[in-house]
Amino acid sequence: MNPHGAAAASVGLWACNLCKLVSKSPSQSSAAHCPRCGARIHAREPYAVARTWALLITAATLYVPANVLPVMETNSLFGFQKDTILSGVVYLWTSGSRTLSLLVFIASITVPLLKLTSLAFLLASVQFRSTWRPDQRARLYRIVEFIGRWSMLDIYVGAVLVALVHFQGVATIVAGPGATAFGAVVVLTMLAAMSFDPRLIWDHAEIARVG
Amino acid sequence: MSDEPQRPDVPEIPRAMPARGSRWPPQLIWLIPLAAVVIGGWLAVTTILERGPTITITFKTAEGIAPGKTRIKYKDVDVGIVKSVTVAEDLKTAIVSAELAKAAEKHLVDDTRFWVVHARVSGSGVSGLATLLSGSHIAVDVGHAAAKRSSFVGLETPPVIVADVPGRQFTLHARNLGSLDIGAPVYFRRLQVGQVAAYDLDADGSGVTLKIFINSPFDRYVTSDARFWHASGIDLSLDAGGVRVTTESLVSLLIGGLAFETPTQSASTAPAAPNTEFILFSTREEAARNPDRLVEKYVLVFRESVRGLAVGAPVDFRGIVIGEVASINVDYDPVKGDIVIPVEIRLYPDRLSSRYRGRPTRSPDSKELLDKMVERGFRAQLRTGNLLTGQIYVALDLFPGAAKAKLDWTKRPLELPTVPGSLQELQATMASVARKLDKIPFDTLGADLDETLRNAGSLLRRIDTEVTPDLHATLESARRTLSSAERALSPDTPLQVDAREAMREVARAAQAFRILADYLERHPEALLSGKKEDPR
Repeated sequence: MNPHGAAAASVGLWACNLCKLVSKSPSQSSAAHCPRCGARIHAREPYAVARTWALLITAATLYVPANVLPVMETNSLFGFQKDTILSGVVYLWTSGSRTLSLLVFIASITVPLLKLTSLAFLLASVQFRSTWRPDQRARLYRIVEFIGRWSMLDIYVGAVLVALVHFQGVATIVAGPGATAFGAVVVLTMLAAMSFDPRLIWDHAEIARVG
Repeated sequence: MSDEPQRPDVPEIPRAMPARGSRWPPQLIWLIPLAAVVIGGWLAVTTILERGPTITITFKTAEGIAPGKTRIKYKDVDVGIVKSVTVAEDLKTAIVSAELAKAAEKHLVDDTRFWVVHARVSGSGVSGLATLLSGSHIAVDVGHAAAKRSSFVGLETPPVIVADVPGRQFTLHARNLGSLDIGAPVYFRRLQVGQVAAYDLDADGSGVTLKIFINSPFDRYVTSDARFWHASGIDLSLDAGGVRVTTESLVSLLIGGLAFETPTQSASTAPAAPNTEFILFSTREEAARNPDRLVEKYVLVFRESVRGLAVGAPVDFRGIVIGEVASINVDYDPVKGDIVIPVEIRLYPDRLSSRYRGRPTRSPDSKELLDKMVERGFRAQLRTGNLLTGQIYVALDLFPGAAKAKLDWTKRPLELPTVPGSLQELQATMASVARKLDKIPFDTLGADLDETLRNAGSLLRRIDTEVTPDLHATLESARRTLSSAERALSPDTPLQVDAREAMREVARAAQAFRILADYLERHPEALLSGKKEDPR
């Protein structure tokens, strides 16, 4: 028995993504509704690769302004200050909070970059019908999906500060355009990860195995 | 499908309901990255386009300037930020490099000025308090020149006048600065109309030049013959009308100030051109004096000490000040081999003729007039003005008895003849008296006196030996005579008794005579008929 098993799609069975009900595929249409919950079901997410690519490219584009533009504008009696993510990291590092600095660096710079490259790699592998270690690639995908929610750390900090520090005239913190871009990057990478259909990883491996 | 029958425990698999295809063409998803690229590209392009010019400003010190923090502000609006602060290669100045907004580019011209705004406390007020908390910033004043530039020299103190304030600047010359400072107020009829913008010591150190700025619309009251004076402090005067205290305002009392006025009889009411030069007088009285337009210079040569005479000392004519001493020098007269003191004076003939304003002040025969006056004894003399301080002044007057003098019209400036001062004259008289006293032969006089005294002594001695005994005898006899006279006159002497008796007889005779007289009065016929018999 091969550990991969047969792909359900290849035997004409579709699974509902919502209620996980397996149903027989309609003979003609490529799209159908789940007979139990009514959700839209497909053999594979249609245009999954293209959609993921689009979202990924958008996220990559926005990653630039997210790091260049200020995420936080502090306006206090002591002056007006704009902080980008990197300047915040540098500030934390020089002011002694090295652990915090590292944490922010990993959460806000390394992780989004990692997600972008990982998704790009997964997409490319699917596009080129790679059969290389599908189980490893599946693990990578799981990591990407899991890690996604944590990269919003910066946005959380910013949101909390904006809400808390609002002494009119004394000190105000306003989220800068970088924060918007950064939030967009995080959301877009999550959407990209969602729209990517990991079943595609196995399809080509299956075909290659079956021959 | 072939596996299906082998799993009888698998329940019946429901068939999915066919659905219509997606309404949206799947390619639409590419609009998202397209939009992101477009927005990102636009942001990048505008950022690059909006990047303003980078300039350098040189300051003596970069006190309070922090790269990346210090802003450049125009009218308190951010127009740039300091990017870096470095020290000049010669280690003398600090070079501040700043990035300005795109819109500021066309205002970076030759006369654009930059200065650092700190909290400042000066006489005219407190400024820049906000910088205490927010830190310093660099302020800019936009100039109007045409030439562009990108490196500037920062001002050390904020300019009082910024370019866009309407008004005019004037130049004042003063002997000293008094208590004025930059920003000191300028008053016109006790209204603050401007301030002192700058001051500088003259190159030769002989005075101070001030730049003042009069705000519009008051600048039109500065006419070409406006009079400026120091209005600092209190002007306390004591005259026949009592004590008068004059001050412009409390502010000028504290920080000084100046005031101006246009003389009421002034002919010109046209506003003065910008940067017109005026004289700053020390008091209002001095400023209000008649304008001395005509100045004549003369030289007075004195042969006496001028101790107590100072430059600026008055030159007066019978009590009217008509000029002042301009300079005092020392000169060697090779002809007489004498050291003389030529004193240069400035005369304002207008002051003498001001009652006849309108007449030509310098008539063509003034030369002749002066010659005639000198002939009549017109001379200059040094006189003591103040006995306590020993200050002296130059007096011009007629001295009919003065030695003859003639004017030499070829000399420039003209030399007026002088007579020794009154004190000098007194000294000379005293000296001549002393000289005369000196001539008296006290020695021979003494010898004569000695001999005379000796003669007198011998005379006295002779009197003592020869005259005194005779005198004694004479006195003795005189005393005897007197005592006998005394005896003769004592009350109980026979002489006295006889005299009394005689007197009584006389009284009785007088009584009888009176009776006779009475009888005759009553009986005048008795003279002829004789006394009638008493009827008794």
